[in-house]
Amino acid sequence: MSTTATEVLPHTLTPHPVTGMYNGKFGLWLFLASEIMLFGALFSSYVLLRVHGAFPHHGEHSLSVKIGTINTMILITSSVTMVLAWAAFKLNEPGKGRMFLAATALLAIAFLVIKLTLEYQHKYHEGIRPDTSTFYAIYYCMTGLHGLHIVGGVIVIGYFLLPGFGMWKTNPEQYINRIECTGLYWHFVDLVWIFLFPVFYLL
Amino acid sequence: MASSAEEVKRSIKTYMFVFGALAVLTVVTVAAASLKIGVAAGIALALLIASVKGTLVASYFMHLIHERTVLYWILGLCAVFFVAMILLPVMQTSETAHLMDPIYQATGETPPTHAPSPAHVAPAAGAHGGH
Repeated sequence: MSTTATEVLPHTLTPHPVTGMYNGKFGLWLFLASEIMLFGALFSSYVLLRVHGAFPHHGEHSLSVKIGTINTMILITSSVTMVLAWAAFKLNEPGKGRMFLAATALLAIAFLVIKLTLEYQHKYHEGIRPDTSTFYAIYYCMTGLHGLHIVGGVIVIGYFLLPGFGMWKTNPEQYINRIECTGLYWHFVDLVWIFLFPVFYLL
Repeated sequence: MASSAEEVKRSIKTYMFVFGALAVLTVVTVAAASLKIGVAAGIALALLIASVKGTLVASYFMHLIHERTVLYWILGLCAVFFVAMILLPVMQTSETAHLMDPIYQATGETPPTHAPSPAHVAPAAGAHGGH
């Protein structure tokens, strides 16, 4: 007796009657809920340290607002290209979809290059490391963890752009669903940065 | 969530509008940080703008406005724990301040007198005839 993937794993394409979405998407939302808790714990630590006055006064740390703003714009743009990639695949325009996926990956790499070369490396040469102060300890911890999430996103986007693209020919609907889930993750990474930027660079 | 081609095309216009709003709000965040409105008001304003931006991303890019109530309940529960995690440590600081000696050292303040001193916590080795 042969069984199809849909029979083995129900609701991979069709919405589940309870959740109203396919199971993969619901699983990803649960994962994002756990991610909120992860970053929430770190934001909680930040608030605790700040309330205790463990940070230097505003303006005493030397994070570049200009670089932070550029990186914010890069991530916002990458969020748009990600959702446009999903829309292009939905409109049965795979060429355009892949172009937007590639743009998203390139913008993500640009973010990482700026972060590593213009910020981390620059700070390292100035002798500013995680053990320099409480502020820089949590700055490196939170932005570093966020950076690792960006790396993870680039790997997943790169996979669906190149080796994973074969699924578009065999099962386009499932491929679109996977692009949507990748997008959900990517928008979450953007969302975290939206809060990290004012917290570390402006306040 | 958009399913037909027409709906997807309509959504693309919305995405571009949201992109414009996010870009403008980023500039507003930076501009607001230079305003002389006090620390508390400055923090409140910056976090308010960030919350608006976050809501736009979650609602439109993540299609949250088209999802079912069950997901809202899950994320709502998540939000409750998130807020508790942010607020509870702050509310407990007066009772647990002695646990944060390094911070007091950084600020030059003196920990409360009920803080256990190292001598009380760990008696000197060999004080009782250790081998």
